Amino acid sequence: MKTKSIKGALLASTLLVATGATAQDAELIIESWRNDDLSIWQNEIIPAFEAEHPDIKVKFTPSAPAEYNAVLNSKLDAGSAGDIITCRPFDASLALYDAGHLADLSDLEGMANFSDVAKSGWSTDDGSVTYCVPMASVIHGFIYNKEAFEEVGVEVPTTEEEFFAVLEAFKEDGTYIPMAMGTNDQWEAATMGYNNIGPNYWKGEEGRTALIAGEQKLTDDGWVAPFRQLAKWGAYLGDGYEAQTYPDSQNIFTLGRAAIYPAGSWEISGFNAQALFEMGGFNPPVQNAGDTCYISDHTDIGIGMNAATDNPEAAKTFLNWVASSEFSTIFANALPGFFPLSTAPVELKDPLAQEFISWRDKCESSIRSTYQILSRGTPNLENETWNASVAVIKGDETPEDAGARLQQGLASWYAPQQ
Amino acid sequence: MAAPKKPGIRWHIVVFLAPAVLVYTAVMIYPLFATLRLSFYSEVDQERIWVGLQNFRTLFGDAIWSEQFWNALANNAWFFLIHMLVQNPIGIALAAILSSPRLRFSAFYRSAIFIPTILSFVIVGFAWKLILSPIWGIAPGMLDAIGLKFLYQPWLGKEEYALTTLSLVSVWQYVGIPMMLLYAALLSIPDEILEAGECDGITGMAAFWKIKLPLILPSIGIISILTFVANFNAFDLIYAAQGALAGPDFSTDILGTFMYRTFFGFQLQLGDPHMGSTIASAMFVIILIGVCIYLFGVQRRLRNYQF
Repeated sequence: MKTKSIKGALLASTLLVATGATAQDAELIIESWRNDDLSIWQNEIIPAFEAEHPDIKVKFTPSAPAEYNAVLNSKLDAGSAGDIITCRPFDASLALYDAGHLADLSDLEGMANFSDVAKSGWSTDDGSVTYCVPMASVIHGFIYNKEAFEEVGVEVPTTEEEFFAVLEAFKEDGTYIPMAMGTNDQWEAATMGYNNIGPNYWKGEEGRTALIAGEQKLTDDGWVAPFRQLAKWGAYLGDGYEAQTYPDSQNIFTLGRAAIYPAGSWEISGFNAQALFEMGGFNPPVQNAGDTCYISDHTDIGIGMNAATDNPEAAKTFLNWVASSEFSTIFANALPGFFPLSTAPVELKDPLAQEFISWRDKCESSIRSTYQILSRGTPNLENETWNASVAVIKGDETPEDAGARLQQGLASWYAPQQ
Repeated sequence: MAAPKKPGIRWHIVVFLAPAVLVYTAVMIYPLFATLRLSFYSEVDQERIWVGLQNFRTLFGDAIWSEQFWNALANNAWFFLIHMLVQNPIGIALAAILSSPRLRFSAFYRSAIFIPTILSFVIVGFAWKLILSPIWGIAPGMLDAIGLKFLYQPWLGKEEYALTTLSLVSVWQYVGIPMMLLYAALLSIPDEILEAGECDGITGMAAFWKIKLPLILPSIGIISILTFVANFNAFDLIYAAQGALAGPDFSTDILGTFMYRTFFGFQLQLGDPHMGSTIASAMFVIILIGVCIYLFGVQRRLRNYQF
């Protein structure tokens, strides 16, 4: 009798445990390309979320940035992708939504915290459906070595003329490489070069939307002028810049061998950890003193839900939390340089990050010119811009020829430009 | 005298062949035909539709595509030429030296030269990128030490040198394979033949040119065709060293990287499996033609010597 009841109790308890486990633990897997952020997600973001929602377990599984799109597409097609998808801005994610891989999140409560501009990176062309929660943007500008500036006795430049005077001063002095950038990996020349300095010439959103509407051409002065400036950069980039890779440039700057680094704000956390000198930032110099300045404040990371997830409710809970100011504060301070897009105010502690975000107040914000709609066809405008920027810096192509080639490529498939 | 029993179906043949045939079909034959099939389709409004040869017409007829294709093919041909002119002659020379009975430490040399072959292409790509780097590399310093600094160039970053440099890195990596195959072929030449030659006064270098080389020609033929197939399928080293855009200015773009970029997409460029398969099919045809030329044009003329 006694043994029987013990057996019964044991059986009942195992059943309870088993059912309890299935009802409780929804596991969410996050796909991401931010493998640099693995420790931040594991040590700060996920514990904060799990403390509030003990019934949901979250796992962050990033892959290499260059392979992310390819890996994610194959996983989604094979049905083995995670529940939460980190979204690239614009077409890459739009294609996923069109293919039914990303769920419509327009009705998510947290979406109210974002402006239309912030949502533009992850909305359909007509803006009716938003399929990813905007997470962060990156701001372009220049990071400089304060000690080097003091040593050589130059001031932070505000105009193009002053900028080249500073570069020339460093070149003459010879202690520092004036500017750390290479052309081996190509994208820096376009992202940290062309799209960094460009908004000052094409007047930010005004030029960008006019280009999309077909009212301006890439051969117009506003679009060729950035190439003219890039053509002058080559002389200040240090020996062998043709074979210098992106990590090479980062190391040259953080080792204190270069004075200026054309940057995206995502570098801030890495540079803080590496550099032993004090760093400052300045926004891209304008043409003439007193001109309005424009910056590239690019919507970079969003986060959405796999339409085929087994745990849609848990995923929505998580996404609502990502849209909250609690997440924004943790994220922005754990990763200075990725600026939250939500309208809720967030306090930043890092001085360099504060410098970058202060430009939002004094300059006009825009996003990278090639990202929305214009890189949909073949040839791909973004990839062509990489190539053209490199060719111009190396002196293989004149700024005018580069502009004409890009325009020809774009006009070959984009109706408003024909 | 009993008539021999008519043999039934010999099941053991089927049973023994089955594992190999099944595995080969699943991982080679099926994907090959699936890729060929994919190249006849295109995607319009989320639907896959049959377009016949349209993709091939785009690839060869549209200037944007055909320019890239011919550029990749020309680069690939140069990549192959460097291998044929550098890798295989060096392989033959190394094999000949190694097979010399008077060479000491030959086992050590053999292993040392063969080791790069078993290294991952990622290690080879990154190691050479570092060696040649203008910033941290040892190449500028080494040239400086012997007073030849002026010869140094950022090779991987210059359009005119990048492809040749990478071809030579690939030669460095794979030179062990022709060496090993030819070494084995040289060892299989019976001493009697060489001794008979000696009696007729053919010794030293003459013995190599007149006896050994003709005897290993079939092996050299096999190595050439292996090199051809491997080179036209190459992708890994270029991708590891220069990325999918095969810079500078597509000067190192070969068919493999072109196919990868198109099939899986790159940065803002979305993947297009149909055009990607079209390029893959074109690669398959190119390799098939090359192999056929070899099999019907060259292999048949090679004489097999019976010892």
